Amino acid sequence: MLIRTHQDGFIHPLSSEITSPEAYATRRQLLRQWTAGAAAAGLSAWGQREAFAQGTTAKLAALPANQSPVQGAMAVEKLTSQHDATTYNNFYEFGVDKSDPARKAHTLKTTPWSIEVEGLVKKPTRFNLEDIMKWGAMQERIYRLRCVEGWSMVIPWIGYSLSDLIRRVEPLPGAKYIEFITQADAQTMPGIRGGYLDWPYTEGLRMDEAMHPLTLLSFGMYGEVLPKQNGAPVRLVVPWKYGFKSGKSIVKIRFVEKQPVVSWEKAAPQEYGFYSNVNPKVDHPRWSQASERRIGEGGLLDKKRKTLMFNGYEAQVASLYAGMDLVKHF
Amino acid sequence: MRRLHTHQHLRQHLRHPLAKWTWVACSLVPFVYLCAGVWWDRLGPNPAEALIRASGDWTLRFLCITLLITPLRITTQWPEWLLFRRSLGLLTFFYACLHALCYSLLDMSWEWDEIAKDIVKRPFIAVGLACFVLLMALAATSFNAAVKAMGATRWRQLHRAVYAVAVLGILHFFWMRATKRNFAEVWLYASLLGALLGWRVYHFTKRSLWKVS
Repeated sequence: MLIRTHQDGFIHPLSSEITSPEAYATRRQLLRQWTAGAAAAGLSAWGQREAFAQGTTAKLAALPANQSPVQGAMAVEKLTSQHDATTYNNFYEFGVDKSDPARKAHTLKTTPWSIEVEGLVKKPTRFNLEDIMKWGAMQERIYRLRCVEGWSMVIPWIGYSLSDLIRRVEPLPGAKYIEFITQADAQTMPGIRGGYLDWPYTEGLRMDEAMHPLTLLSFGMYGEVLPKQNGAPVRLVVPWKYGFKSGKSIVKIRFVEKQPVVSWEKAAPQEYGFYSNVNPKVDHPRWSQASERRIGEGGLLDKKRKTLMFNGYEAQVASLYAGMDLVKHF
Repeated sequence: MRRLHTHQHLRQHLRHPLAKWTWVACSLVPFVYLCAGVWWDRLGPNPAEALIRASGDWTLRFLCITLLITPLRITTQWPEWLLFRRSLGLLTFFYACLHALCYSLLDMSWEWDEIAKDIVKRPFIAVGLACFVLLMALAATSFNAAVKAMGATRWRQLHRAVYAVAVLGILHFFWMRATKRNFAEVWLYASLLGALLGWRVYHFTKRSLWKVS
């Protein structure tokens, strides 16, 4: 009888047909399990990739350091997770995708490593990394890192002020700028063949910028030596400038008289200048620099945070640029 | 004979009422995959960026597939392909909506004045918006009653705007990728869409020449 009449009254389901309270209470979990099953095939591959990236960054040698006494060097902010900081990188020598460096940088050969100091210095010399590492006391510094692309991180670096190295190599009075030349080995760096930039990648600083105590010559992060994807074994960290100013895997430091033409300036002079100070008021021609997304912070729907002048290091570095037109010298 | 047989077989499959819906369900797999990625936090350190880029990529891919229908229909001479064209177009629009939504919500936090400023300031956003507006017009006139109301000729004229969407879409992608001078994928999609549009130019000029003589 499909059509019920008054005589049928209420038809109650058999007790075996009633969903048990336990099953009812866990219905959402069940749904999740089903979708998990459906997505499992794709996600397992994804998971392996993540695991691989983690594998390449874990278990690096510890690099002991003391907290830095330099003013402004210890940002009181939540650190970006080591996982995010070592899997989301721009290091075009290993590919342009930000997951490329973590996957591909393992081929980089970091021992032996030396830095050639040349140009306007008392005695141009090639120094071994082990010696260079002894030229300053290792300090931990917590810096904000602002990428020109509009995202940021907070990273505990280890190293010493670049000024310690500069004093040691005794620049001549004519040296007004320093050029940093980074590793470019087509054998171990697959991105070199990509032709995205003119290799080797070079960066530069004015002498007073290079001598500023916040300018860090870094050998490690998160208590360990630098992972390869973050610029092992030695890199620069200039916290008030966009990230690309901080060259990775440095092989040569050249003291020069004239302002060098640095890699991105050469590639796109209308978009990237020599100074590249973090400045919320000077937009990149193709996007705004007024705000930034802090990696790992908040939910997907949270608002981006406002970018600070000189990335929040205005008190320490603004005097370097007194009287300069920062729109013209972007 | 055997060849003919398999053809008939395939065409029968295409005509099956479930074929279209199976295809639509498959086409939504990338969307489900992205939702799962959000749910399990598997979109990497910058999920907002990952979502904006992936939704843009899928819009381009579905645009390519949509534009493949006419060449397929004419070269195989199977009208069955037409059964898929509208849903493909709407899927393209669906991913375009997702892309626009991710940009407005995740990148711009729904701040309309900021979005307006962004459109004026950044030509590649303006071009993206132009694509979206055109796709919106096509989606809004995609149902049967609209064809009837507009008349087939005018409807067809309007829907040729999809070619403009293809060209502007590539321009938008090119401009975006110009930052890193990473054009490999731009060339890939440009050559795919170029081939699909080129085929049309070739085919229809040839046909009209043939008609004249």
